[in-house]
Amino acid sequence: MSSSTATHTYTPKTRVGKVTDYVDSRVGGSGIVKEFGRKIFPDHWTFMFGEVALYTFVILLISGTFLTFFYDPSMAETHYEGSYLPLRGVEMSVAYASSLDISFDIRGGLFMRQIHHWAALLFVASVAVHMLRVFFTGAFRRPREFNWVVGCVLLILSLAAGFTGYSLPDDLLSGNGLRIIDGVMKAIPVVGTYLSFFLFGGEFPGTMIIGRLYVLHILLIPAVILLMIGIHLFMVVLHKHSQFPGPGRTNTNVVGYPVGPVYAAKAGGFFFIVFGVLAAIAAAFTINPIWNYGPYDPSPVSAGTQPDWYIGWVDGALRLMPGTLGDNFDFEFMIPFPWGVNALSLNVLIPALVPAIIVFTAMFLWPWIEAWVTKDKREHHLLNRPRNAPTRTAIGVAGITFYCVMWAAASSDLIATHFLVSLNDVLYWLRFLVIFGPILAFMVSRRISLALQRKDREIALHGRETGRIVRLPHGEFIEVHEQVDDYKRYKLTAFESPEVMVPTPDENGKVGLVDKVHGRVSRFFFEDRVAPVTPKELATSHGDHHSEIAGAKDRESIASH
Amino acid sequence: MADSSHGAPGTSVTVAAPGGELDEFQNPGLPPHRPRLADRDPKAEKRAERQVALLFAISVVGTLLFFVGYFFIPLDQTIERLRLQNLMLGLGTAFAMLGIGVGIVHWAKTLMPDHEVTESRHEVRPEQDRQDAEKIVNDILEESGIKRRPLIRNTLLGAAILAPLPAIAIFRDLGPLPGNSLKQTMWDTGVRLTRDPSGTPIRASDVTVGSAFHVIPEGLNEVENKLEEKAKAVVLLMRLDPEELNPSPGRENWGYDGIVAYSKICTHVGCPVALYEQQTHHLLCPCHQSTFDLEQECKVIFGPAARPLPQLPIEIDDEGYLVASSDFQEPVGPSFWERG
Repeated sequence: MSSSTATHTYTPKTRVGKVTDYVDSRVGGSGIVKEFGRKIFPDHWTFMFGEVALYTFVILLISGTFLTFFYDPSMAETHYEGSYLPLRGVEMSVAYASSLDISFDIRGGLFMRQIHHWAALLFVASVAVHMLRVFFTGAFRRPREFNWVVGCVLLILSLAAGFTGYSLPDDLLSGNGLRIIDGVMKAIPVVGTYLSFFLFGGEFPGTMIIGRLYVLHILLIPAVILLMIGIHLFMVVLHKHSQFPGPGRTNTNVVGYPVGPVYAAKAGGFFFIVFGVLAAIAAAFTINPIWNYGPYDPSPVSAGTQPDWYIGWVDGALRLMPGTLGDNFDFEFMIPFPWGVNALSLNVLIPALVPAIIVFTAMFLWPWIEAWVTKDKREHHLLNRPRNAPTRTAIGVAGITFYCVMWAAASSDLIATHFLVSLNDVLYWLRFLVIFGPILAFMVSRRISLALQRKDREIALHGRETGRIVRLPHGEFIEVHEQVDDYKRYKLTAFESPEVMVPTPDENGKVGLVDKVHGRVSRFFFEDRVAPVTPKELATSHGDHHSEIAGAKDRESIASH
Repeated sequence: MADSSHGAPGTSVTVAAPGGELDEFQNPGLPPHRPRLADRDPKAEKRAERQVALLFAISVVGTLLFFVGYFFIPLDQTIERLRLQNLMLGLGTAFAMLGIGVGIVHWAKTLMPDHEVTESRHEVRPEQDRQDAEKIVNDILEESGIKRRPLIRNTLLGAAILAPLPAIAIFRDLGPLPGNSLKQTMWDTGVRLTRDPSGTPIRASDVTVGSAFHVIPEGLNEVENKLEEKAKAVVLLMRLDPEELNPSPGRENWGYDGIVAYSKICTHVGCPVALYEQQTHHLLCPCHQSTFDLEQECKVIFGPAARPLPQLPIEIDDEGYLVASSDFQEPVGPSFWERG
C-alpha cells in the first residue's frame, strides 16, 4: 500500500500538466505512450491500401450515421409529396420516399448519400487491393496466416455490407437486384424456397425485406466488421509490420519511421486526404441517381443495368452460364423421387456458387497450401517482391483474370452497345476467356516474372547500361556499363529461390502417394527458377573480357560490361 | 554473362556453384542518409513552412465555402440548384479536408526527421511464456476438477449442445411456409387482361399486328398484396401473323388470332423480360440476356435461362375483351426445388 502511494510524488505545474496527470494516473497513459509513442512502422506506398480501407470505413460510419437520422426503412405504401416534381403523387414505399427526401429536401443529404456510396465502393476496392498486396508479397506467411483469414472474413463482410446497403433505397434498380437474389436463393436444392420465404417474410417482395436488410446493414454487419478490424490491428501490432527486403532490413528487425511524429502525421494526414478525395468525387460525380429509376415495381426494368462493381463478378457469372445446349439439352434437371419430382437448376446454381466457392476456398486456404508446397515452417517478416515468387504471382494473376472476365461479363450488354458488336458474340468470347484467359494469364505472367528476375541478375552482375558507346583501339564498339552500388545490389540479390523438392523413398524404397503429389506440385512451382547472383558469380564476371585491351582509364568501367 | 536459358524448364545452372566464397551478399546495412533541401538550406526550410501554413489556410477557405453553399444557396425544387449546392458542399469539404491532410503530410515529409530507425522484433511466443502458460492452464483444469469428474463434464457438454437450439428455432416465424403459393397466380378463367399500370381492359381489336402490351390481371391494383401478386402475374401480350406461330398439340387454342400472352417473369432468376424485338419476334431479358423465341413458344435460344416462358391461355369474352382461359399451366418465374 504505502509503496504504491509513495510513487505519487510528481506534482505537475501547468494546467495542461495537471489534467494530463489526472487522466494518466487513472488510465496508465504513460505506459501506452512508452509502448507505442516511438513504435517503428516500415514505409512503402503499397502499405497504404489497408489504411484506405480503414479510413473509408470511418467515413462510412460518419456519413451512414447522418443518413440513418432521415431514412425510414418502411415498405408501407405512400404517395410522394416531396420536392422532386416528376415523382409527385407517385405511389411508392416510405423507404424510397425518405431516400428521395434525403436527396432533395435535406440540405447536404445528397452529398452525404453520394459520399456514402462512393466510400462504400472505395471500401470494398481498397480491401480487395490490400489483399492482393498481401498475397503478391507473401505477407500471409507464418506468423500472419490467421490475420490473412481475418482479412478474408472482412472482405466477405464488406461485400455483405455493400449489398445490404445497396438495396435500402427500394428503387427499381436495387429491387431488381433483390429479385435476382431471390431467384438464386430459390435454386438452392431442398431448402431454397424456404430460405427465400424466411428472408422476405413470405412471397417476394413482401413488406419485411428492407427493414431486415437495414438492421443487418447498420447494426450487425458493421459491428462484426469493427470486431474484425480490432482483431486485425491487434495482430498487426503483435507481429509488427512486415517490410520489403533491402539494405539494413533483416528478418529480425523493423526499419522505418517512429509513430511520433512522422508516422502519425503521415497516416493521420492521409485520413484527411482520403476524406477530401471522396468529398471531391461526391461533389462532382453522381452515383446511384435513384430518382431516375422510380420506385420498385416487379414489372418494369431498365436496359443496361449493372450492380455495384463488387457484385459484378457474380452477376457476370450468371450471364456467362448457358441455360441450354443445342436444341434438346438444358441445365434444369427434373429428378424423380418417391414423393414426386424435384427441380435442380444447375444453370443458376453453378454460376452463382461455383466461382465464389473456388475463389473463397482458395483464398482462405492459400497460406496453408503454399506452406505445404514449400514445406517452409519459418517465420517471414521480409516480403517477397512479386517477381521473386513467379508461380505464386502467376496464380494470383490467373485469379484476377478469372475474376475480371466475369466482371466484364456483367457489362456484356453495354460492351455490345458501346462497341457496336453482337451481344451474342461478346458472350461467346467471354465464355472462352473465362476458361482459357486464366491459363494464358498464368503462363504470360510467370514468364514476365522470370524475365524480370533475369533482368535483375543482369543488372546485379553487369551494372546498368550507361548509354555511353566507346570505340576500342582495334575498332570494336562497346557500351560501357556502370556497376550498381552495394545497396542496390543487395536489394537485387536478397531473395530466396526455392528448388524443386524431389520425394524421398521410405526404408522400403517406396514413395507414398502424398509425397508423389507433393513432388509434382513442387516441380510445377519451382522447376522454372532464377537464382540470385552470388558473390562468386560477380567475381567471375568481373574477370571477363575487355580489361586487357581497353585503355587504363576505361578499364574499370569496361570490366563491368 | 547470364545464361539465357535461366528460368527455362529443366535447367538449374544458376544455382550457386559449389566452392564459391560466399553463398549470398552480406547485408550492407542502411544506406547513408541523404539530407533534404530543407535540411541544408534555411530558406528552403522557411519556404516549406509557409507552404504548410498555406495549405492549412486553404482548408479554412474550404470550410467557408461549405457554409456559403449550405446557407446561401436555397433549394428551389430544380435539379440545377441542387447540383450547385451539392458541388459547393462537396468542394468545400474536399478543400477543408485536403488542406489539412496534404498540409500535414507535407510537413512530415519536408520538416520532420526522415532518419530511418531500426527496432528489433521479438519472438511471437517465447518458450518461457509457453511453459508458464501450460502450467497455469493445467492448474486451472486441475482446480476446476473437470478431468476428474466426467459426470459433470458430460452433462455440461450435453446441455451446451442443446441450449442453443431454441435460439435457432425461434427464427421459425421469419416467414410462412411456401405451401402452394408459388404455383398459383391471380389469373383464372374469365379474368380480363388489363394494361399495366392503369388496369384498363384490352380488346382484341386494340392489339394490332406487331404491337406489344404490358399486362396485369383485372383487379390487381385493388388487392392487398399487390406487389407479390404482380411479381407473379405480369404478362406480355403480342400479336403476330398467325402463320408465324407454331403452337404445339394441345396449345392451338391458347391464343386468339395471332394474339399470344406469355409470363413476363424470366425463368432464369426472375427479372422482367421487358424487351420485345418486334422484327425477330424475340423476347430479351435485360438482366442476363436470356432470349426467347415467340415463334417457338418462347423457347430459350440464347442465354442462361433453361426453360421457355410459360404461356397464359387466352380467349375473348362476349364484349370482345381479352380474358384468360385459366391460370398458367405451370409455375411462373425462377425455378425452385418443389417446382417439379
